Amino acid sequence: MTIQELKKIAAERADLINVRRIVREQAEKLAPATGYRKQVLVCGGTGCTSSHSLQVIEQLEKSLKELGIDDVLIVKTGCFGLCALGPIMIVYPEGAFYSQMTPEHAKTVAEKHLVKGGQIVKELLYADTVHEDGSVIPFAEIPFYKHQMRIALRNCGVIAAEDIREAIAAGDWFALAKVLTEMTPEQVIAEIKASGLRGRGGAGFPTGLKWQFTRDAKGDKKYVCCNADEGDPGAFMDRSVLEGDPNTVLEAMAIAGYAVGADEGYIYVRAEYPIAVTRLNIAIGQARELGLLGKNIFGTGFNFDIHVRLGAGAFVCGEETALMASIEGKRGEPRPRPPFSAQCGVFQKPTVLNNVETWASVNPIIMKGSKWFSSIGTEKSKGTKVFAVGGKIKNVGLVEVPMGTTLGTIIYDIGGGIPHGKQFKAAQTGGPSGGCIPAKYIDIGMDFDNLVAIGSMMGSGGLIVMDEDTCMVDIAKFYLEFTADESCGKCTPCRIGTKRLLEILTKITEGKGEPEDLVKIREIAEHMKSSSLCALGQSAPNPVLSAMEHFGDEYEAHIKDKKCPAGVCKSLLNYYIEPDKCRGCTRCARNCPVGAISGVVKGVHEIDTSKCIKCGQCIENCKFGAVVKK
Amino acid sequence: MSELTFEGTPEQADALKRCIDEHRGEAGALMPVLHEAQNIYGYLPSEVQTVIADELNVPLAEVYGVATFYSQFTLNPKGKHKISVCLGTACYVKGSDKILEAVEKELGIKCGECTPDRKFSIDSCRCVGACGLAPVMIVDGEVYGKLTAGDVAGILDKYIQD
Repeated sequence: MTIQELKKIAAERADLINVRRIVREQAEKLAPATGYRKQVLVCGGTGCTSSHSLQVIEQLEKSLKELGIDDVLIVKTGCFGLCALGPIMIVYPEGAFYSQMTPEHAKTVAEKHLVKGGQIVKELLYADTVHEDGSVIPFAEIPFYKHQMRIALRNCGVIAAEDIREAIAAGDWFALAKVLTEMTPEQVIAEIKASGLRGRGGAGFPTGLKWQFTRDAKGDKKYVCCNADEGDPGAFMDRSVLEGDPNTVLEAMAIAGYAVGADEGYIYVRAEYPIAVTRLNIAIGQARELGLLGKNIFGTGFNFDIHVRLGAGAFVCGEETALMASIEGKRGEPRPRPPFSAQCGVFQKPTVLNNVETWASVNPIIMKGSKWFSSIGTEKSKGTKVFAVGGKIKNVGLVEVPMGTTLGTIIYDIGGGIPHGKQFKAAQTGGPSGGCIPAKYIDIGMDFDNLVAIGSMMGSGGLIVMDEDTCMVDIAKFYLEFTADESCGKCTPCRIGTKRLLEILTKITEGKGEPEDLVKIREIAEHMKSSSLCALGQSAPNPVLSAMEHFGDEYEAHIKDKKCPAGVCKSLLNYYIEPDKCRGCTRCARNCPVGAISGVVKGVHEIDTSKCIKCGQCIENCKFGAVVKK
Repeated sequence: MSELTFEGTPEQADALKRCIDEHRGEAGALMPVLHEAQNIYGYLPSEVQTVIADELNVPLAEVYGVATFYSQFTLNPKGKHKISVCLGTACYVKGSDKILEAVEKELGIKCGECTPDRKFSIDSCRCVGACGLAPVMIVDGEVYGKLTAGDVAGILDKYIQD
């Protein structure tokens, strides 16, 4: 493969991709030149596939065939980000955004919209894209997308994820061509350093510096690794990049290989992400076929190849030394540092390891320059960050915003706020290693340093929104259950500390807490932070410490008053029926699995709290809101 | 280790042998081989671990150490229908613990166990990435989302009758 050949592949498909990127009027003019009257993009990411987007594609293909339409292109893409509305389907050149598609809906769209002279089926569009007067808003202008800036996710949901030619037409692999032919390794590292890019995996270490250390390390054999072991529950941006644009990761790893002097790379990916693994393997296969991986790339004498290694469900393998042990086929246990992996990494060779989202930012930095990248974001956190917004929020999904965007913008403007008219209580960032951000910090700019300053951390970018119904003791217990379960057991502070913290929190949620428990938590936490071997143990106490700091009154309520203000901790609650609201419909009694509810038709019902197992069936079934927990 | 007897077929033994040959001599071969072996047998009984240890020339203790370290490797057989309830944060906040309870109650076994007729096994997992559908459970790879505890019996019925 030569650079001319790369350009030719891109040129052949440039218009096709452009139609998906530009505004409607221009796209409509451009569309005829592509040979396709319309393009239908259907999300084939994990979220939409789970809600049956593949059946939607099947139905579309069938309907188009039946209708004799041969000038409409169906493209299976990666994630569009708005997972709550899946399966999502976008029709270009109009940019019509259909949500929650079913095969029947797909049939309707084919018959009414995709046929020649067809019209957009407004009633199937995402409601936010239709004005009250019936006019259609291009989806890029709706609040969810308008406030976003997509750098790492630039191609996700735009290109066919399993076709390297579309990736090339969207700009992938040109940065590798550029560095191999126009830049020295030192210049590449200088450019990454100047961009201010920091590791997106959690710690925020400057990426350029990491590359420099590995380049400076002595050794004839070096490795480049990709951390795709996205273990933080609730974070799924890395998966989305791998599913939507795997080529950008491969390309960036090759660029780093050139910069540090490595000819081999490993991608360590969670086995729980089967679609991502498949697409990675497809992309690697296609890249090898085109000569973008392998020997003598672009005829420059540079060799680079990549292997995929599957994890097996160990959270600790997201830690770099544990990840490398796992690649070597060992138990994924961390080891003390130094030596750092830049000097002694995979197979004891100098290794540079970056996270998927970090890799996805490399191509734009090389192509558009470090100056452009460093103009985005805050003073010490440059560029954009992808957040996986989940929990009690309307628009669950992936959101990429400039560093420093406020929490409020993410939750209300993009996220659409809290459903069911509930109050925003806190957001948890950084998963089991991070902490919570209480509602009073709604105006905080989300970047690495601000979050650390208030006792949380960026982590990989999971952002779980909690409302008034979330108990902060229970949620801290949840995270400790996770870390206690995932502690590898090698070092004592983490192994014993997570267990003891969990025991104390369990005691508190059961109403057996004592005031000195809070002192004990702080003491154990301090030891864990100072003496655990790796970040898992060092940061495991964060969720409980930050919850105690910001929601101390809830801990007090559990311990002193034996009450759970959020109504979550079962041992501290009883279910009651409010007599004035009960209509005697008998629904609760019929649905009670243990027969704890008594009462006659049209008479007030009553719950026998000694029999009640607090399953909540009665609350879910009562149409009059008569059942309460207190 | 499992108390159920090992019932490997010659076809499975052949498949394992082929997989080991493919990875022989490769650095860090143990993990990919264990993944493949579990695909072939559904679990990693001591008989299979012994073959892997002998063939890859790795001490059995090390194979066992790796197989027990990772939560995806299992030394116990799984049911015909594998149920997995997501307890990741997004699902948990939306009440997936109640979904798990309902599944356990319905089948009369605990999480991590297999019914005596080997028809069902229940596991929990941490985030399958379908957070938009929270809370979710997965039965044989099929994802059921936006669940309430009341939906569970109806879903399991399909598989019970099968």
